[in-house]
Amino acid sequence: MPTKVEGWKDEAYGNEVRERIYEFAEEGWESIPDDEHDAWFERFKWWGLYHQRKGQESYFMMRIGTPNGVLEPGQLEVVADVADEFARGPADNPEFGGAVCDWTTRQSIQLHWIKLEDIPEIWDRLESVGLSTQQACGDSWRNIVGCPVAGKDKNEFIDAWPVAEELNETFKGNDDYANLPRKWKVSVTGCSEGCGQGDINDLAFEPAVKIIDGEETKGFNIRVGGGLSRKEPRLARSIDVFVTPEEAPDIAASCSALFREHGDRDDRFNARIKFLVDEWGAEKFRRVLEEEFVDGELRTAGEDLRDEYTYNAGHNHDDGEGHADHVGVHEQPDGNYYVGLSVLVGRMSAEETRELAHLADEYGSGEVRLTQRQNIIVTDVDSDRIDGFLEEDLLEYHSPEPGVFMRGSIACTGTEYCSLSIVETKNRMVRYGRWMQDNIDVPEGMTNFHTHLSGCTASCAQPQIADISLRGMKTRKDGEPVEAFDIGLGGGLGENPQFADWVEMRVAADEVPGYIRNLVEFFAEAREDGESFRAFIARHDEEALNGLVEPEETSYTDPYMHNTKMTWYPYAEDDDMGSSPAPTNGQGEPLPSDD
Amino acid sequence: MVTSIHQLDDGAWVSVNDSREVNVSDLWQLARSDICDCDPTDFLAEGFVEVSVACGRVEARIAGQCIGCGTDGVTDWLELGRADPDTGAFRSVVPSSVHVPDRRRRLAAKE
Ligand code: HEM
Ligand code: SF4
Ligand SMILES: [Zn+2]
Repeated sequence: MPTKVEGWKDEAYGNEVRERIYEFAEEGWESIPDDEHDAWFERFKWWGLYHQRKGQESYFMMRIGTPNGVLEPGQLEVVADVADEFARGPADNPEFGGAVCDWTTRQSIQLHWIKLEDIPEIWDRLESVGLSTQQACGDSWRNIVGCPVAGKDKNEFIDAWPVAEELNETFKGNDDYANLPRKWKVSVTGCSEGCGQGDINDLAFEPAVKIIDGEETKGFNIRVGGGLSRKEPRLARSIDVFVTPEEAPDIAASCSALFREHGDRDDRFNARIKFLVDEWGAEKFRRVLEEEFVDGELRTAGEDLRDEYTYNAGHNHDDGEGHADHVGVHEQPDGNYYVGLSVLVGRMSAEETRELAHLADEYGSGEVRLTQRQNIIVTDVDSDRIDGFLEEDLLEYHSPEPGVFMRGSIACTGTEYCSLSIVETKNRMVRYGRWMQDNIDVPEGMTNFHTHLSGCTASCAQPQIADISLRGMKTRKDGEPVEAFDIGLGGGLGENPQFADWVEMRVAADEVPGYIRNLVEFFAEAREDGESFRAFIARHDEEALNGLVEPEETSYTDPYMHNTKMTWYPYAEDDDMGSSPAPTNGQGEPLPSDD
Repeated sequence: MVTSIHQLDDGAWVSVNDSREVNVSDLWQLARSDICDCDPTDFLAEGFVEVSVACGRVEARIAGQCIGCGTDGVTDWLELGRADPDTGAFRSVVPSSVHVPDRRRRLAAKE
């Protein structure tokens, strides 16, 4: 039997929901019928609006999908203005202040504390510069990801930006693919380094070359069924198909139509295409695709470039080759430069965002790009003025030359706003990052060390593909429940991607930095000459990793040990759930609650 | 009124009459659970797998793990609370007091 959510989607979903959002916005929060909240909030997701967690009723997270992470000249400033004006909640965050922008692990933008009443005005402003929240969440084509420097990379195989752009134009707002059984995440990689992270997407275009009619043709191999969520991570699997860039929209249409028709609508836990690929295997997937969804015959796969993949592959980038994690100063084919800034946990204040927009205009073309490591790249910086740019104050904190531990840190949304969360995430990762920077000696030659912190098993911070994987948990300390993490080791991408082994369970949050320090020190002593951290971990089996070093309290202090999910907002002075001002009206004034 | 219940966002929370009432991340104390031999099982709720309601009594099976011994699993049916049949108002049980999961499957309307 189709799920309740499927029933709601049958009644109304996709483009048509927009009109209703306008009506609700016009008439206010209370105009949403009490017994239709769940149905409407499920539908709102398709328009990039996610109702914030319990205690924050009437406030929404808003996601803006920026394909391939590209923000065209003029767009960043509008994002800053919208955040400044509309993304302020009833209480501030102690690390970041009142209005912030989050750069996400899928090259999108997330704003919080958005009020229903403001949405039409926000859409007006975003859409006036070509930005959109359409399909940023919900059961459909999500933001398309890829190599963030597509078209600006000296060594790239093909420029995949036009391909991503065309897919975006074809499938955004396309009613034929608007209502899929579950989310549909697509990655298009044109560089030879693997930084589109195709392996963890539902549909991946991976660079490949094939002889067609005697001619060497560049294009893509197709993989399907990757994803990290819940405790069921999967790598995308090859279906032995090659397409040219021109054929990309057709094969994408076929694959998403197959998902639409054959995905599981009876059980949302089993709906992602990764489970269908498990059930069918790649061969059957290919056969059904060819028989039911493709005109003519599919080509077999071409020769891929996977043995060249360096992105998150566990190497240390000290040779200046390639674009690595995109942080730092890199020359473009046109002689200008792109400069990747490390943004700790992907969060910048509205003010900093505005300043960055001005700098991008002043020194570059005004374009900026978001990476899947929650960082931001200013492109097209004039070669004569690069030194001036690097001296700007903003770059002191959001640095192109960050310390190793800051550089490698990613964190998800967590208990600040998210219903699924078990623990506090971003502020904690900021504190971890700073503590590690100050207290851990960087082993010789280590330029990369990835710590990915996720507040629950949904894995939005991609914990399974990091050197240190942290996943929200709880434990007891002196009898009291406290926030904790399961710790995993050894994950990463590259030619041979590997998910982390979970080796230390339920470590109290204030003992995690001590664990990491002990582990890095152990590594520094026990490594073989020049051995990378990833290689070092890979050389030990799971059993050896268990208890290799101990978690430990240190000088690190953690203000968020106390079950932050039970507060209405973890950093409010009076954080008691009962003290929440929500729901509020369009002016942010508390409304009488129903219960 | 008929009590309406939904389990949403990958089982992150249970809504009773369109109001979010029960969340993941609570610790439930379970006596005589099948999860593990700890007594009580110190159970971290990570996801609501199934929900049902009969006569206003809301129940669920919850996925999660005992943070004492680390064993994970799905509980038998646990009462989450009761919805007033007249007003629809929900009164949640207190997760941190002791609960006994019930293997019997009630004649209840599943979600
Ligand atoms: C049904 C529940 C959810 C699942 C299974 C899920 C899973 C994921 C996964 C695996 C990613 C990793 C990125 C990737 O795929 O490459 C992701 C991204 C993300 N998730 Fe979730 N997530 C869920 C709900 C949420 C919620 C409730 C929030 C916050 C309120 C959230 C915030 C994010 C953010 C900020 C990203 C990065 C962004 C993007 O798509 O642009 N997620 N999610
Ligand atoms: S990983 Fe969990 S806690 Fe973090 S944003 Fe995703 S759903 Fe929320
Ligand atoms: Zn790349």
